[in-house]
Amino acid sequence: MRDVAIIGTGEIPVDEHWTTGIRHLMLEAGLSAMRDANIESVDALYVGNMLSGEIVGQSHLGALAVDFMGLDNAEAFKVEAACASGSAALRVGTMAVASGLLDLVLVLGVEKMTDTSGQETSAALAGAADAEYEVSQGISFVALNALLMQRYMYDYGWKREDFANFAITAHANGANNPFAMFQRPISAEMYARSPIIATPVGLMDASPICDGAAAVVLAPAEFARALSPAPVKIKASAVGMAPLAVHDRKDPLALEAARISSRKAYAQAGIKPEDLDFFELHDAFTIMAALSLEAAGFAERGKGVQLALDNEISLKGRVPMATMGGLKARGHPVGATGIYQVVEAVMQLRGLAGANQIPGARLGMTQNIGGSGATVITHIFEAMS
Amino acid sequence: MTTKVADDWRLRGQRYRLEGERCEHCGEMIFPPRDICPACKKPTKTTHTLSGRGEVYTYSTVLSAPQGFEVYAPYTVAIIKLEEGPMITAQLTDVASADIEIGMPVEMVTRRIRTQGDDGPITYGYKFRPVFLGQGAE
Repeated sequence: MRDVAIIGTGEIPVDEHWTTGIRHLMLEAGLSAMRDANIESVDALYVGNMLSGEIVGQSHLGALAVDFMGLDNAEAFKVEAACASGSAALRVGTMAVASGLLDLVLVLGVEKMTDTSGQETSAALAGAADAEYEVSQGISFVALNALLMQRYMYDYGWKREDFANFAITAHANGANNPFAMFQRPISAEMYARSPIIATPVGLMDASPICDGAAAVVLAPAEFARALSPAPVKIKASAVGMAPLAVHDRKDPLALEAARISSRKAYAQAGIKPEDLDFFELHDAFTIMAALSLEAAGFAERGKGVQLALDNEISLKGRVPMATMGGLKARGHPVGATGIYQVVEAVMQLRGLAGANQIPGARLGMTQNIGGSGATVITHIFEAMS
Repeated sequence: MTTKVADDWRLRGQRYRLEGERCEHCGEMIFPPRDICPACKKPTKTTHTLSGRGEVYTYSTVLSAPQGFEVYAPYTVAIIKLEEGPMITAQLTDVASADIEIGMPVEMVTRRIRTQGDDGPITYGYKFRPVFLGQGAE
């Protein structure tokens, strides 16, 4: 197996892109990553996406992307794992390069979510859950997270406002990210006053519906320095799985797939959680941020919220998270999210994160959660320059 | 989300009678039927009908509902821990959301889950109500 490196990244602002269709979202992010990598062709293009069939009515994204990007000799197909689709595509690309089958791979994440009404998009997103035994009962994706948050508060005695700092931190960091959907800070009062969507989850606990696309170019690490002035090595790529439906998990608050995925990733990279300079976790909901911190080994069970209360998740804290705004403020264009996380991690490791730069960052981790925790994909990155 | 008639028919044993399975190898109680035991991973085909009694593991009142359920909002969804062991996701009924508590004993009832316009199929299935309100309420 060969080591794999990222030699270029590209992203477009996360927003409601009324004037841009899905093919041009892919095009802009993909070409931007190829420009950054200083290459004009690739061997393959893998697209992470969840909802193109349901929302845009466009399946077969791989063929569309290589066609419109003029990448005539590249193989291409879509990879789907609900909200973890982006990281799943990165995983596929990493395997292709690591195995020696391919040399240059473009990995794209894209999602167009705003061409339909909020209710339609919400119903499509619910497809990440068990259609016959969860969604059929009137469950929305928000409601699944609400069920977890309610039980977490009951088991460990937290109140809703104890979760506020996850959202406040994400927004504070998003304020300095020109690619973030929300570039403004929020206050504890704004969090407390935000309308409830499904008790106890409020608007400010939840990431927004939005459009976005991001891309990275992969190459064998041995050639990476020749191709890029600041390559970043993929030190670990690991997937963990848990039952699809929340009710089928023996311990729903354990986020077992995240624990498995993190543990595998630490073993591959030969590191411990405390060696990481930052953790781009999947804060689709504040409860997910808390559960992720626990499952990844940064807090004991029931104590993830304490890290937020103690400000340990800020840029200067012990476990900086959502360093460019996270899912909450940068936005959560589902299939693109995993790649946005990686683009931001690479930015930190190249020292290009501007006002949000973590001084001397060498080692970072991204974690992308599919559904309410059935698929969890973790990557660890190391600066090579 | 559109409910399909074939789905409603195929799942009638689960939706109307809570038909699950009991693993003949390790005794695990299973709902819904999987035909592979999640505990011992051996094939299992023995149908076992669950009692429909359990308690609320967690719940949420949905104020902003997904497509197809807007007219029912607000409604409360819950995960119920059935007395045989499996957990199930369902709506709670015959109870005000303010009166719901984790640990509350509930029992299964058959109710209309949703309709799809004047001409579409009507989906029936399980909901759960508090045990202490159940007697004679029908």
